[in-house]
This record gives sequence, structure tokens and C-alpha cells, in this order.
Amino acid sequence: MSFSTVNLMLAQSFLLNCQIFFVTLILALPLGLVLSFGSMSRFRPLSLLSRLYIYLMRSTPLMLQLAIIYYLPGFLSSGQYMLSRMTAACLAFVLNYAAYFSEIFRGGIQGVPRGQQEAGQVLGMTKGQIFRKITLLQVIKRIVPPIGNEIITLIKDTSLANFIMVKEIIAMAKDFGNRAMIWPLFYTGVFFLIFNGVVTLLLNRTEQKLSYFR
Amino acid sequence: MLRDISFSLEKGQALAIIGSSGSGKTTLLRCLNFLERPDRGRIIVDGKTIFDAADLSTQRESEIRRKRLHFGLVFQSFNLFPQYTALENVMLAKQLLAQERSDFKAKKKEIFDEIRRMAEELLCQVGLKDRMDNYPHQLSGGQQQRVAIARALAMQPDILCFDEPTSALDPELTGEVLRVIRSLAERETTMIIVTHEMAFARDVADRIIFMDEGFIVEEGPAAEVINHPKEERTRQFLAHFSNQ
Repeated sequence: MSFSTVNLMLAQSFLLNCQIFFVTLILALPLGLVLSFGSMSRFRPLSLLSRLYIYLMRSTPLMLQLAIIYYLPGFLSSGQYMLSRMTAACLAFVLNYAAYFSEIFRGGIQGVPRGQQEAGQVLGMTKGQIFRKITLLQVIKRIVPPIGNEIITLIKDTSLANFIMVKEIIAMAKDFGNRAMIWPLFYTGVFFLIFNGVVTLLLNRTEQKLSYFR
Repeated sequence: MLRDISFSLEKGQALAIIGSSGSGKTTLLRCLNFLERPDRGRIIVDGKTIFDAADLSTQRESEIRRKRLHFGLVFQSFNLFPQYTALENVMLAKQLLAQERSDFKAKKKEIFDEIRRMAEELLCQVGLKDRMDNYPHQLSGGQQQRVAIARALAMQPDILCFDEPTSALDPELTGEVLRVIRSLAERETTMIIVTHEMAFARDVADRIIFMDEGFIVEEGPAAEVINHPKEERTRQFLAHFSNQ
């Protein structure tokens, strides 16, 4: 098999990694924000529930969560209900990453000095105005580095989806390995390096854009 | 903790509140600005009761936001918004408030031009004509505090409160801030100033309140309280300053 054929097949399977990546990013960020508000809520049941969720998601292996989400519905319904492999994978990643994101958001929001909110209040601003016009950008500035860390980890984690037999890039490379071709497995690293190279550039540029204030 | 605090302030007068840390001075200002809610008591401005702990109808969240505007507050730690320039800091709240005007859509440009003109004027007034486009982190503490004063003035409060406005500043920077407050007093701005600067309090304030452990211990014309305190506790407190 020629280099270009292998390359093409790996690239096609890497699309699945990318798909999980983008779905997770688009859904887990807003869900994480909602969760962070939940965990900071003064309504005890809501904050306890949010924190229990975060605890469960952060304390068990993502691999196990993938298995539970993919196999459990079928197990409970004797095979009647089953999610497709990709749906289950995306769902597991979204639910898991939302927990991590929510803690980053919480840290970012609580890190803005209380005086900022009070200054807005005494100037007659509404709660919404204070959040949108004062707090939000300061929170974003604070969370770009830790969120960046998670994003870089996320694309690498997507390979865990091969645990529920999603044919992502590592799974594809292992197939080549079964046919006595070991180099494609090593070569997959290039895909991740290029992807995260672009991500790193974008993150640096975002940090740069927000460096005009302290 | 505040106990039995009661005082009145005439329009155009400056009141200084002195006393050791923990005596309740800051809490008092925070009550006036609705940052803390007193369990008992009333706040009356211009003959109108704007807060009454015994009357829930004066405590609606939606109205409190408007009522806050009777008072302005300059914080000890400035609390400028870091992502906005000095000018934007002064304009922001006024611009947001203008959006609630019924003629906002029709006259947006004129309204914003007017707000900008007013903000620029205020920054000139506090001596920051050349610093309008600087971000807070590019300004010294004294300059930041002067922006904060302009920002509070922009809302045209009936009463402007200062919470130890020079306590976070290097000694050589306090002068510029005190000069601005002094000039406000000369223009008969109604003010309540919590301060540790005794000489300044005596010179600028019309009246002085000395507080201790949540009580008003002594109240009177400024020079009298500082130069001839009646109460023993006031004398003890003031002695710390003459020793320095």
C-alpha cells in the first residue's frame, strides 16, 4: 500500500476525531457555563446537584463513561435502544468536558474582584449589564489559558472513542498494524501535531488580543 | 455593625466621618449605596424616604437600582473597569442608562455625543485631559482615583460618598486626589467623606462625625471636633495623629 493511500485513509479517519472535537467544543462550552452558574447558585439543591455531577464526571475514567453511555441503554432495554457509536462518543465527550469547563468558568468568574460588580451596582447598572459589559471580558481573559489546555487535551482524548469501536485515526492505524504495517501508527502523531499547532497559534493570538488590559 | 446611627446633611455641605478601622464608617457608606441592607432605619433624600427597613415596598430590587443614583461612591481601591479607557469608564454607565430613554433610538448620536462631551469635561476637571485614552493599568494610583471620581460625578449623584479615597495611595499621590475633592467642596458638592486625613477633614468638611464601635461618639462643626473634642474617646483617637 502506498504512502498516499495510507495517508488518505488516516486523514479520513481523523475526520471523526475532528467531528467529536468540534461537537464537544460547541456543546460543552455553553453547557459548562450553565453548570458553573448551577454550582455557584445560592439555591442549595441546585448547587449540590451541579457539584455532584461535576464530581462524578471528573472522578471516573472517560473510557468508562464512553462504555456506559454506549452499552447501558442497550443493556437495560435488552438491545431495543442503542445510540450509534459516534452519537454515544460525542455525548460522552460533551458531558465529560462540560464538567471540566464549568470548573474553569467558576474559577474565572469568582476570580473577578467583587469590587468590579459593586462599582457597576453603584453606577446603577443592572445585573445583566454588569455581567455583559464588565465581568464577561475579564472572565474570558482569565480563562483563555486553562481552556486552551483543555482544548489541546480534547483532540488527543478523542482517540479514546476507539474503545467503543469508532474508527478514529488510532484505530485505523492499529488496523494497519494488524497487517504488519507499524509505521502508520507512529505517523498519526503528525496529524495531532499539525492540529494542535494551529490551535496553539489561535490561542496565542486570542491571548495577544486580550493583552491590552490587565 | 452599626448602632443608632442618625445624622443629617444639608445640600452643599461636606461631612467627614473619622474613626478607627472597624468602627463602622465603611459599612455606613455601603448602606447608603445599597451595598448592604440595614435591618432597621430609614434613608431620606430631599424629603423623600428612599429606604425604610420597616417598609418592604421601598426595597424592591428594580427600584433600588434607580435609587442608588441618589448616591455616588468612590472606593478605596478605585475599582475602575480594566478593559475600558479612562474616558470609557466615565461614559459607560451613562450610556447604558441612556438606552432606557424613550427617545434613545431617534437621538442616539446626539445623546452619545452629549455624554462624551460631559465625560471629557469631567476628566479635564480632575486634571486628566491628556490621559483620557489610557487604560487603568497605564495610570498611577492617584490618576486612577481621579478617574473614579469623574466616573462617580458623571451620574450626577445628589450626594457623593468617598470611602477612604487616599488609603490605597502612596503618600506622594494623595495630594492630587485631595485637591480634586477640595475643589468639589468649593463648588458646594454634597459629600460624605470617610477619611484618615485629619487635617484634610478639618479644612474641607463643614461637619465631622467621629465613630467608634458602630456608634456616633461625637458630631459637630469640623474645626471644633478636631481642635476641641468634647468626648474623651475622640481625644484619645485624635492623639494618635498629633503624635505623628
